[in-house]
Amino acid sequence: MGDMAEQAIILEFSLQGQDFIRAGEASTEIKQRLKKLGFRPDVVRRVAIVAYEAEMNVIIHARKGSLRIEITPRRILIRTLDEGPGITDIEQAMQEGYSTASDMIRELGFGAGMGLPNIRRFADEFKLQSRVGEGTLLEATIHAD
Amino acid sequence: MTGYFHSVRLDRENCKGCVNCIKRCPTEAIRVRHGKAEIIEEKCIDCGECIRACPNKAKYVETDSLDLLHSYEYKIALPPPSLYGQFRAPTTPDQVLKALVDFGFDDVFEVAVGAEVVAAETKRLFQEGKLRGPVISSACPAVVRLIQVRFPGLTSRILPLAPPSEVAAHLARQLKARELGIPEEKIGVFYLTPCSAKVTSIKAPVGGIPSFIDGAFSIQHVYPQLSQLLKQVEGELEPRRYPRASGVGVRFGIPGGEQAAVGLENHLVVDGITNVIDVLEELEMDHLDGIDYFETWACSGGCVGGILNVINGHVARVRLEMIVRELSRAPLSLAERFPELAQLNYQVPRIHVEPRPMDYLDVDINGAMAKMTAAERILEKLPGLDCGACGAPNCKALAEDIVQGKAEETNCIIILREQIRSLGIKVYNLAGVKPFTLSNRDAEKEGEK
Repeated sequence: MGDMAEQAIILEFSLQGQDFIRAGEASTEIKQRLKKLGFRPDVVRRVAIVAYEAEMNVIIHARKGSLRIEITPRRILIRTLDEGPGITDIEQAMQEGYSTASDMIRELGFGAGMGLPNIRRFADEFKLQSRVGEGTLLEATIHAD
Repeated sequence: MTGYFHSVRLDRENCKGCVNCIKRCPTEAIRVRHGKAEIIEEKCIDCGECIRACPNKAKYVETDSLDLLHSYEYKIALPPPSLYGQFRAPTTPDQVLKALVDFGFDDVFEVAVGAEVVAAETKRLFQEGKLRGPVISSACPAVVRLIQVRFPGLTSRILPLAPPSEVAAHLARQLKARELGIPEEKIGVFYLTPCSAKVTSIKAPVGGIPSFIDGAFSIQHVYPQLSQLLKQVEGELEPRRYPRASGVGVRFGIPGGEQAAVGLENHLVVDGITNVIDVLEELEMDHLDGIDYFETWACSGGCVGGILNVINGHVARVRLEMIVRELSRAPLSLAERFPELAQLNYQVPRIHVEPRPMDYLDVDINGAMAKMTAAERILEKLPGLDCGACGAPNCKALAEDIVQGKAEETNCIIILREQIRSLGIKVYNLAGVKPFTLSNRDAEKEGEK
């Protein structure tokens, strides 16, 4: 019983840049899992929103990438890693309404520049690392207690 | 018994144990056990989809018997808009109301008037900034329960006002008690229901306040007599004590009715329970933040599509639209038709719906995680046919039932077949093993052939 708290469920999803048909599948699956696990509705909601925004960022901006989620009873860690253009100015990217998404993507209803600000708003811990021309690593943690 | 009231019941005699209902249940609340459907009471929302899906008429709605009328001194009928759509044009609401009086009710109060009162209050709350979107309509009780069990995070988004039927009952009783000078409990208020979910909302309300309705009669039960009476209806309805509904109120029986009545710009209308689920999934993810109001109907076509109606929902809808047009010719405002409302200083009863999540694998997150991991492993072994022959709606549900100790792997007929096959191979191979004492005899026998 002692190590029960260390129990973890890890899920990995591979993401394809510009694949708007399957976009949102990973975060929907994550949301359903968390409900099945009995997490509080507000925790489920925050994780679902953070996972969705992180997933969409990869699909909108990168060539390809992955979303990994580690679920433990007390905290949920979401990590996306992508191969893509990277972020030139992280400070600027964190501002509401700032986006480098193309007109085509905006016409699809994405790229409103709320992704990163929303992730920071709903996550308890947030980390963003990027190398221009190589890719981006995003880590967000949500505390469940 | 688990202590949950349900209006949707199983007729064991008629149930053949097929998989039609388990596959159509929006909350996966049915399993087939021992050849009969079993409803998981805590998950069932009484939407009535299983009744629609059953080819053997093995599900029915438990409504009140008309004998209940004898228990009250004064009896009021609450006809919903959908009732008006059940009769041939040019039957007017007034004629239907008159027929209800001939039927044996002392007076009638239209649910459509309740709808107008709720709509006016909703509009006011939005205008005064006391209510902010996204708000989900509280009118459809199946949707309210769906949110409680499947979207518990959204219960706080449900319109905090009692639904039109309850407001109609509340008003009818208050006004009549005043008028007649008799205690409210001597007045019986009866709803003529087009669906199962309304019955449940009356018998087991979830909004934190009791129901103001004393009984629910199925439209199907009153229809034959009512349609006979309608043939002979003559003259005006007297006494004209209660206000009559406008087209706006009557339109509440079909999708878009609330939109027309409340008049918010960013208003989403969705009908049919699977469509409602899709939209709630989106709302849960915050994807619909521009929308102020969600008008949601579990039945396709709205209340005229309810399972206790007699006439096809599409036909009833057209009839209702004709009535709405007719009533909208020279509309009087609610205040003009219903001056008592202002005199009463009427407050629409407030409701508060609590979440009741039912989707989880275990009450404890640690336990649920262990079960999810175990279910995952089982699911890998299952065939993925989602055939339902095991009694669960799909392979995933079976895997989850197994880890919860409610089913076994061999309930899957494909796994059972595989196990029998491997057992057969084992038996065959064993038959070929020859003990030293017998090996000679077998060889001789082979030689004889």
